[in-house]
Amino acid sequence: MKIEVLFFGQLTDITGSSKLVIDYVDTTDNLKKIILEKFPALSSLKFAIAVNKQMVTDNISIEKNSSIAFMPPFSGG
Amino acid sequence: MKHLQERYQRQLMLNEFGLEAQEKLSNAKVLVIGAGGLGCPILQYLVAAGVGHIGIADDDVVSYSNLNRQILFGQQDVGRFKVAIAKEKLLLMNDTIDIKTWKLRFSQKDCINHFKDYDIIVDATDNFASRYLINDACVLFGKPLVFGAVSKFEGQVAVFNVPINEKEKTVNYRDLFPVPPNNNEVLNCSEAGVLGVLPGMIGVLQATEVIKLITGIGKLLTNRILTYNALNQEFFTIYLTPNPEASNYIPASVEAFEYTDYEWLCNYSPTNVIEIETEQWLKIRENTILVDVRELIEKPRLDFYSHLSIPLPTLNSNLDDLLDKEIVFVCQSGKRSLKAALLYLSVMPNAKVYSLKGGVNELVKKKLI
Repeated sequence: MKIEVLFFGQLTDITGSSKLVIDYVDTTDNLKKIILEKFPALSSLKFAIAVNKQMVTDNISIEKNSSIAFMPPFSGG
Repeated sequence: MKHLQERYQRQLMLNEFGLEAQEKLSNAKVLVIGAGGLGCPILQYLVAAGVGHIGIADDDVVSYSNLNRQILFGQQDVGRFKVAIAKEKLLLMNDTIDIKTWKLRFSQKDCINHFKDYDIIVDATDNFASRYLINDACVLFGKPLVFGAVSKFEGQVAVFNVPINEKEKTVNYRDLFPVPPNNNEVLNCSEAGVLGVLPGMIGVLQATEVIKLITGIGKLLTNRILTYNALNQEFFTIYLTPNPEASNYIPASVEAFEYTDYEWLCNYSPTNVIEIETEQWLKIRENTILVDVRELIEKPRLDFYSHLSIPLPTLNSNLDDLLDKEIVFVCQSGKRSLKAALLYLSVMPNAKVYSLKGGVNELVKKKLI
């Protein structure tokens, strides 16, 4: 079982791609941990997390085949 | 009036729009902050559509590097203030519009003085200090905010803080990102680059939301943020919810707002922090105090030089020991020491404070430790 992780903006400079398909992870906190282990440079950056396009502020469980987005703030104008 | 009928004929003939919507536009007052990549297309479309009263604020002059995206300006305008040219060009497009300009970067005082004169605020700025300042002011003064931002090939658009009923409003920027990133964490256009057409796309989307807000047609981009990617022509929407953290950071009163230092919160490079080269530092070493803001485990230590060791996270609670001294902050690479200097200056605004450029890495390189 897999889940899809999407990266936006300058996060992709660190991850190298805007989409990553990884093995199922049960909660958003655990997913965050795995992603930060994979890309330690992300830990100094701010981003919001959305599960199936819905922003989450607490740790929630992830359904199978979910898509999780990591969205940083943009500053340019 | 006939002339005006003809000017707006293509939108007047829309069933959902009509004369009533046109009158709403002509009575509307919209403040556009920032006359750059986003501001140019926003202003052009609002003026073309007949938005009656427009305010423009920007403190910058036109440079050649603006011309790939700031389409109100031409090469003959380089060196002139953006707001002055914008007003000239926009009045050539439509001289029935009342345009007021401010040749400055909006401060707390400016928000307090002028937000009350406008129905809608548009964030077309290019830095986090302004974005958080504008968002907080909109929450404080109850103004809808049409937000747009770009990064390289991607952009974000949202409408924040729209009244739902007498008490409730739609989410604001702090619900999405409660605290600003450090300025060195996210690069702006001048550091990261931007595809010229991208702010055009995002600015036009912002102008669309302004027109919808004024006329009441369609469904606003509230409680969601729309992201656009020019490289694959894809839009991605994230649905937003109120964030319990957000209200902790928004000033609760006009007074608190006035005293919030947004530039400092966003780690703006101030003019009075001096990044000092190692050679210069050696010359003034006797008369200054060296403060190492690295964590205690970071090597090599500075045992060779007399210094204080105050890791950055604990600096705030140790500031009292440092007051009224001339200080050189040092860290591994020179970034945290700059933050430390900024923190120190927020308490001692007139202090003489230095950040050692290149940090310990530079000292090692020059065999000084």
